[in-house]
Amino acid sequence: MPELESGGREWTGFLRKDGRKGIRNHILVIYTVECASFVAHAIGHAEPDVHVIGFPGCYDNDYAIRLMVALGTHPNVGGVLTVGLGCEYTQPSRLADAVRQSGRPAESFFIQENGGTESSVALGRKLVGQLRAQSEADAVRVPMTLADLTIGAECGGSDGTSGLAGNPVVGRAYDFLVERGGTAIFEEVVEMIGLRELMVARAASPEAAQELGACYDKMLAYCRAVRQYSVAPGNFAGGLTTIEEKSMGAFAKGGSKPIEGVIRVAEPPPHPGLWILDSVPDTHFMQFGYTNPNDTEGIMDLVATGAQIVLFITGRGSVIGSAISPLIKITGNTETYRKMTGDMDFNAGRVLSGEVTLDQAAEELLDLVVAVAGGEPSKPERLGHREYFLMYKHQDVPALEAGCRA
Amino acid sequence: MEWYTCCMGMKTAAFQVNAADNVATLLGVAEPGAAIELLGPLAGLELKARDRIAMGHKIALRTIGTGDAITKFGVVIGLAIRTIEPGEWIHLHNCHSLLDERSGSFDLYTGAPRENDHA
Repeated sequence: MPELESGGREWTGFLRKDGRKGIRNHILVIYTVECASFVAHAIGHAEPDVHVIGFPGCYDNDYAIRLMVALGTHPNVGGVLTVGLGCEYTQPSRLADAVRQSGRPAESFFIQENGGTESSVALGRKLVGQLRAQSEADAVRVPMTLADLTIGAECGGSDGTSGLAGNPVVGRAYDFLVERGGTAIFEEVVEMIGLRELMVARAASPEAAQELGACYDKMLAYCRAVRQYSVAPGNFAGGLTTIEEKSMGAFAKGGSKPIEGVIRVAEPPPHPGLWILDSVPDTHFMQFGYTNPNDTEGIMDLVATGAQIVLFITGRGSVIGSAISPLIKITGNTETYRKMTGDMDFNAGRVLSGEVTLDQAAEELLDLVVAVAGGEPSKPERLGHREYFLMYKHQDVPALEAGCRA
Repeated sequence: MEWYTCCMGMKTAAFQVNAADNVATLLGVAEPGAAIELLGPLAGLELKARDRIAMGHKIALRTIGTGDAITKFGVVIGLAIRTIEPGEWIHLHNCHSLLDERSGSFDLYTGAPRENDHA
């Protein structure tokens, strides 16, 4: 029976004390201000299981703190070290406390209280060794199936093939994942321009319809206010003429299942199914600049929902990876796949040439997801990519507004 | 299979996603005068490229008047800013977004912005 339910797709993962299941057992080093970033990266240097993220700002930001806590308690993370300089608002010890509440081991220190660079790197490396030992002792190996997975999808460097092949293949794979009890999240609401009716029509419930409509209206007001639309020179060169055209192609990665609702950054989906992640800032007197600074920012937002794997669709090609969750890179452009085979995990362009059907490509992609979930490194992982990007932003989450200020 | 290349005298495939679309997406490069093999709802339509059209770019399937909607995936992706003839390349020079104020201000071939002086 289990064989039938999982379609033979079963692997061994890591059960955390909070009940979440991860596919990697990383130690995460988090710096709480740019001034501590060199030390944090030196601590993680040449340690394959140690990933580093951080927030550059000295002044704290509730959104960024929620993001750091969400990443520190991610299913793929087994232990956390937080490193601060000592002047900044964001408190490393408070972050470590929040991580410990999830059952994961966590340590923290201020560089100013431990001498300088050399002594702090030495201390950090010692603490990472202790955290690793604890994390390995804590890790419970359990069987996992697609029903245990939360997968995120992001596109970047889109071209005319993205909406025809790359995104539709991911969309179909999302349909299959949802049918097997899994959780699928896509974002880039700023790339849903002109699609309000289509979004609302896909709502799984009246509540979801209301959320989707409100999410669209907020996004459009924001894009108009900051006069930024998420379309770039490379998109134009690749054949996309307007944000409306790019949007419909991007929306194709959401497949065809009903949309359960809208989640915010750092919020895990309440139940399985297909979800939209809203990463657009809420109304705030500072307005916080740009909606969509780069692909990595969106990927971090998806990882922060608890996604253990993120699918990245790129027609023109991209050389990013991700901290914490493996990035699987898919292109709908066969020429890009040939030029960048070392970086690309999957060629969805075979659908356009008629070599495989959409269904076949989607099943193949799920096979790749299962292989990566089972421990096989994705191409960006193999190359050592661990990009991350945390920025100042504002989103209203009243219950969590207190944050981690000292 | 060299599906993505096309030379003079060979047919280049283009895909019309939705029956309501007045454009199709090139699956290869079409030189001016190249015959287009249209795939999708209007498959079989006689069409020749009037311009050089790169892979992933759009070709007009019928005459589109100034101010008319340009439709792909069954949704309006922009408005024609001048009359577009069947077989023409549809891009920044003849199609603008309904919302994006910068639409049309970019270099037609590279997409690079022109209003910021980097010098």
